[in-house]
Amino acid sequence: MEYNSPSDHPIQPARIQSILPRLNALAPAFEAETTHGRLALEDYRGTWVVLFSHPADFTPVCTTEFVAFAKLAPVLKQRNTELLGLSIDSIYSHLAWVNAIRDKFGVEIPFPVIADGNREVASLYGMINPDESSTETSRCLFVIDDKGILRAMIYYPLTTGRNTDEVVRLVDALQTTDRHKVATPANWNPGDKVIVPPPRTVEDAEARKSLGYDCVDWWYCETTVPNAVSAAERKG
Amino acid sequence: MACINPDGTLTEVARRVLGAMARRGAAFAVPEDLAGETGVPLHRVRATVRETGRAKLIEDDGAGWRLTALGREALDLDEDDGELA
Repeated sequence: MEYNSPSDHPIQPARIQSILPRLNALAPAFEAETTHGRLALEDYRGTWVVLFSHPADFTPVCTTEFVAFAKLAPVLKQRNTELLGLSIDSIYSHLAWVNAIRDKFGVEIPFPVIADGNREVASLYGMINPDESSTETSRCLFVIDDKGILRAMIYYPLTTGRNTDEVVRLVDALQTTDRHKVATPANWNPGDKVIVPPPRTVEDAEARKSLGYDCVDWWYCETTVPNAVSAAERKG
Repeated sequence: MACINPDGTLTEVARRVLGAMARRGAAFAVPEDLAGETGVPLHRVRATVRETGRAKLIEDDGAGWRLTALGREALDLDEDDGELA
C-alpha cells in the first residue's frame, strides 16, 4: 500500500499531548523534585502560587527572566503569593544555573524550581507546544489561588521574555476581584477605579442610582476600593 | 527521599523541622506551628512532614505530628555528629 504523505501513514510518531488546564477549575495536582526538595502543589494551600515554566537553564532570555522573578518574589510575598519555577532540565542543572546567576549576576533565586525531566507537570499544564518545540517548555505562567483554583494563564513564545510588572498587576487584579466582588478595566492598576458588575434585574438597576457609584450608564458603573497592599509597600 | 541526604543524614530543613518536634516531646504539632517555630516556609514544612511521614520518622494522630523512635534515632545520629543545634 502506498501513502501520499507521511501524515497518511497509519503509524504516526508519538505526539506530545498539549492539553490546556481550565480556568476556574482545580489546578492539576502534582508532586515533583525541586531545588527546595520534593514539593506538592497541595503544600501551598492557603497561599497563592505563580507557577511558571522556562525553556532551558543557561539561556540568556531565561536568565533575564529569573533575575526579574527573583526581584518579584518579595513583592508577591506581600500578596501571600509564592513563585514556583519549572523546566525539563535536571535538578543538577537547576542548581548549577542558580549558582551561576548568583555568581555572575549577584542575584539569589529565592523560589524553588521544578526539575520536570519526565514532563509530568508540563503535560498536566500544557506547557509544551510541539509546533514551537517538542522538548522545551514554553514561557507559560499560571496563577493559582489560595484554594487551589487556576485563575489565570499567560503563554509567551520562546523568543519573548515576560513582563513581571504584569504578573503583579494580574495578582493584584484577581485578589481585588475576590475581596470586593468587582471587575477591573483595561490597564487597571491598584488605586484606579474598578468596575461594578452590571445589575441583572430592573430593581437592581433602579437601586443602583442611590448607591453612589460613578455611572456612565446603568450598565457601566465604577467605584473605588481600598488597596490590599499600600503604595509604600508596593514600592518596596 | 528529599528529606534524607545520600549519606543517610537528615537534610538541613528536615533537621530543623524534626528538631522542633523533638523539643515538644510527646506532644503532637501542626505544620503551622512548626513553621512559626523554625522560620521554615509553611509549604516546605508541609513537604517535610509528608516526606518524613512516609519514611516513618514521624507519626500523626489525625491532627498533628510527633517523632517516632526512628525519627529520634535519625536526630540522634546527627547529634552524635554534633550537627543538631
